[in-house]
Amino acid sequence: MNRLISIFLPLSTAVIFLVVWHFLVRLSGSDLFPTPMEVVRGIRELIEKGLLLKYIVASLFRVSWGFMLAVLVGVPLGLILGWFRAAFQALNPMIQILRPISPIAWIPVAILWFGIDDTAPVFLIFLASVFPITVSSMAAVQNMQLVYLRAAQNFGVKGPQLFRRVILPAALPQIITGIRIALGIAWLVVVAAEMIAVNSGLGYLIIDARNAGKRYDLVVAGMVMIGLIGLVLDLLIRQLEKFDEVKWGYGQR
Amino acid sequence: MDNAKSLIHVRDCWKSFPGKKPGEQVHVLERVNLNVDAGEFVCVVGPSGCGKSTLLNIIGGFFKESRGEVRVAGAPVNGPDPRRIFVFQENGVFPWLTVEENIGFGLMSRPAEERKERVTHYINMVGLSGFEKSYPRELSGGMRQRVEIARALAANAEVLYMDEPFGALDFLTRIKMRTDLIRIWQAEKKTLVFVTHDIEEAVQLADRVVVMSKRPATVAEEVVVNLPRPRDLDSPGYLAARDRIFAIMGMDVHGGGTGDPK
Ligand SMILES: Nc1ncnc2c1ncn2[C@@H]1O[C@H](COP(=O)(O)OP(=O)(O)O)[C@@H](O)[C@H]1O
Ligand SMILES: [Mg+2]
Repeated sequence: MNRLISIFLPLSTAVIFLVVWHFLVRLSGSDLFPTPMEVVRGIRELIEKGLLLKYIVASLFRVSWGFMLAVLVGVPLGLILGWFRAAFQALNPMIQILRPISPIAWIPVAILWFGIDDTAPVFLIFLASVFPITVSSMAAVQNMQLVYLRAAQNFGVKGPQLFRRVILPAALPQIITGIRIALGIAWLVVVAAEMIAVNSGLGYLIIDARNAGKRYDLVVAGMVMIGLIGLVLDLLIRQLEKFDEVKWGYGQR
Repeated sequence: MDNAKSLIHVRDCWKSFPGKKPGEQVHVLERVNLNVDAGEFVCVVGPSGCGKSTLLNIIGGFFKESRGEVRVAGAPVNGPDPRRIFVFQENGVFPWLTVEENIGFGLMSRPAEERKERVTHYINMVGLSGFEKSYPRELSGGMRQRVEIARALAANAEVLYMDEPFGALDFLTRIKMRTDLIRIWQAEKKTLVFVTHDIEEAVQLADRVVVMSKRPATVAEEVVVNLPRPRDLDSPGYLAARDRIFAIMGMDVHGGGTGDPK
């Protein structure tokens, strides 16, 4: 019964949404903004031209690189900042100033530094995701339960061993939460980055479909794909929270 | 009882913490004296917030005394030591490790063979066989405390410092844990310093009960409990020791008042 409701409720929301959308477009008499059916036809057209897969791969490629670099830099940096007070005092103010600058504001700079090939969007995605990862890793270490640290010290564990065997695993659940948030942001930013700097990807599709003939059916098709892939990415990254080593950090669900 | 050959030797130990206002000091321990011999089971009781944990943390090497002398096995205490393991009030079992990984935590430098042997031995001793691969979140509070005790024993600690280890457990589990702890202590011949606010618990467990006063705390008195184990909780000896401690702490069990025992 509960299961049925959990399928039925979101499904009916979607149906109502699509129906309202359809009739609003009809009522307004717009011939630019597409109905849901026109969007589906748009998606089919993109598949037939072989563009959809190509653009999705291009966007995912950029996100993967920028995001992976951000994890590789952000997690160790955050652990160090959380553990060593001097590092925190030296770097935290700088991070807190850089962090609120929207990645969009970096677009002109990125083009200046990297031109218009793939490097610029990768750089932007890196920038967008490295801060949440760093800050959550840092906070995870700072909020670590003192008792784990004491227990480890009691057994004579110190130095790199302490990091590997205690600090990292104790911080991991919160680090994963930061990584998950960062991936969402990375996916937001890839679209913005592609609108300016490159000639492939879902962001490019949206801006190109508008510029080359006001194809709003393709614009909305691109939006729908972005939403769906974002959902899939989140579902995938959530699998990290299911590992036995980190489950303890997420309360009872 | 000042005795230089004691294993644990605390002399005129003072401890204060910085208070809320700048320059202010909160005096927690005042001239505490305590000696524990090797193999002894000593309980420390006192009212909540009097400084029992503070004292144990000083002996364990996690806090530094403000003044005084704290020596263990002849040497001044300069930080925690793997030969003497702390069992924490808030449970220090690592939630990211399984039961057997936790118990083997202090044995990483040993050969795998020996490690496995010791882990199995102590899992059996604390009655957790069958739970080797379980994670702490899948265990009850009592089982988690057993893991922590086994972890200390497996690492071959000579001394266990236990800070209200059974405080968070339900009544029946607590009784069972006490019985098991006595059995383990008799089998392993460790030295146990056990902090509790529960007077009955102290008298059931200890060779000697150290009673602390209110804050700033000092040792009000020591009560030797020279009774055979397992202890008969209705025996005159048990009741006398218990009532003596109640009286020292200013609680008259019979009258219910807080007056002088005389
Ligand atoms: N790190 C600390 N900083 C400041 N005050 C502390 C600290 N640790 C303990 N205290 C204070 O010392 C007193 C004794 O604490 P504690 O030793 O935990 O008592 P007990 O274990 O007997 O209940 C309390 O009033 C507590 O607020
Ligand atoms: Mg305490």
